[in-house]
Amino acid sequence: MSEKVLMKGNEAIAEAAIRAGCLHYFGYPITPQTELAAYMAKRMPKIEGGVFLQAESEIAAINMVYGVAATGKRVMTSSSSPGVSLKQEGISYIAGSDLPALIVNVQRGGPGLGGIQPSQSDYFQATKGGGHGDYHLIVLTPASVQEMADLTGLAFELADKYRMPAMLLADGTMGQMMEPVELPETKPELIDKPWALTGTGMKREHNIVNSLYLVPEQLEKTNLERYERYKLVEENEVRYESFMMDDAEVCVVAFGIAARVSKNAVVEARKQGIKAGLIRPITVWPFPKKALAKAAETCKAFVSVELSMGQMIEDINLAIKCSKPVSLCNRVGGMIPSPEEVLESIKKAAGGNE
Amino acid sequence: MVVFERPHSLAKVPLHYCPGCTHGIIHRLVAQAIDDLGIEGNAIGVAPVGCAVMAYNYFTCDMIEAAHGRAPAVATGLKRADPSKIIFTYQGDGDLASIGMAETVHAATRNENITVIFVNNAIYGMTGGQMAPTSLPGQVTQTSPYGRDVSMAGYPIKVSEMLSALDGPEFIARVAVNNVKNVKNAQKIIKKAFENQVNGKGFSLVEVVSSCPTNWGKTPSDALKWVEEEMIPYYPLGVYKDKSAEKEGE
Repeated sequence: MSEKVLMKGNEAIAEAAIRAGCLHYFGYPITPQTELAAYMAKRMPKIEGGVFLQAESEIAAINMVYGVAATGKRVMTSSSSPGVSLKQEGISYIAGSDLPALIVNVQRGGPGLGGIQPSQSDYFQATKGGGHGDYHLIVLTPASVQEMADLTGLAFELADKYRMPAMLLADGTMGQMMEPVELPETKPELIDKPWALTGTGMKREHNIVNSLYLVPEQLEKTNLERYERYKLVEENEVRYESFMMDDAEVCVVAFGIAARVSKNAVVEARKQGIKAGLIRPITVWPFPKKALAKAAETCKAFVSVELSMGQMIEDINLAIKCSKPVSLCNRVGGMIPSPEEVLESIKKAAGGNE
Repeated sequence: MVVFERPHSLAKVPLHYCPGCTHGIIHRLVAQAIDDLGIEGNAIGVAPVGCAVMAYNYFTCDMIEAAHGRAPAVATGLKRADPSKIIFTYQGDGDLASIGMAETVHAATRNENITVIFVNNAIYGMTGGQMAPTSLPGQVTQTSPYGRDVSMAGYPIKVSEMLSALDGPEFIARVAVNNVKNVKNAQKIIKKAFENQVNGKGFSLVEVVSSCPTNWGKTPSDALKWVEEEMIPYYPLGVYKDKSAEKEGE
């Protein structure tokens, strides 16, 4: 067991990434993820083989990530919403070339330049593709500094296993808050990557990392194969936390900072005699569809708590096939709903169907 | 006695380039340099978006296909992942000097230890002949049908001159492949650009003035004549920067 240390969320990601064997970091300055890059800038030069490089742009950074990922080494970049938009082309190439990599989005309010306060309004971008073409990322949503660290390691593992990019979808609060965190041990299990560009050594045919297929039948085939892999991810890698759901009549669904607020509201609702529970997706792609469908068998209403104008609510409605009413409790632009606001939504949802 | 043969680093597949296009010659020169230096097994090439997009099929070393203009960033990643590998990009003028200019300048100023082969044929070939950042003033293309009007479209970018103003890069040179003498010199310079990387010297870029008979609307021989009479006077050949030679001369 390693000791507990007090760390900022952004720094916890950085240290956890290094401990997961990620020795290559590329980024471009943007608030509110700055501490992550600063931590990497300090640590990487002290580690053998460690590389921190401040790229000339987000676009260059993600393409540097593409280059390292092609060699089979663990690599990451981090940014915040506007910067992650710039990375989308590169992410599409990484997905289209079936390469593992980690992209961290410490979300801020949008659209456009938006603001620098926390947000969850990049949910669509993260879970539905984001760039051009058919693809997915494995999207993990931390709700504590501990999870910032734990899910970073997991993201690298899953990305390697399924040969696809993973995203840590955090927000400004998660990035900035300090909490005690137990950092993982340094012993990443690295898998063999025969597809990697390591030089032929004149011993094998050349490896090609590429997403171009001009023959439609071939391009279709690569898409179908990729989606076979996505199916496995959906079957095996769904993660969520279930809180007070056993006898729940109102199911609150929230992730990240919204889930922490919601937990307080659920506890308060219980005190007031309302049978509320919380499902907290930890993976938002793959989305915990089955858990929600099961909840819909017994719950009479759902409340989606989001720091967006209502994005995840669409996935909830799809998961439960619109069988129960789903209401939205949200704040945007850097605002966070208070436990009282969530409680109010729970009460409405509980009363609405009586 | 064999006096001429296909370099081992050049794959035994038919190239897709148009008749009279000089990409084939430049591919051969790159492959020859890789053979001569014995670095094939250690090399990784980065293909661009443009006519050379399928270069990943033409070189026998490990290859990767980059997004449009991003080859120097991808090459930076590859090199930083393993500095013992020999990394080269092969890019056209739209890729390197328009959409990818930021990546080009910053890889150069970091003196990233990579080799960049920059093929300047003053036009977008793959997409059917649009105006390039290097199209000459007055040059007729699909998107400058009345000739490049510098008052509207600005002037061509002289990449070698521009990059050689930076403190970072090790080696910047411009060559041509329109006649035997120039091809021979290009071979020497391209080899040097790889040798520099092997010796850890840093960013080495070779601009190769090239032809595009198809999109210029010329026969292959007239195209080479146009290179001689129009392109080379605007883009003078020569070594624009050679930091090691400068140091020796001090």
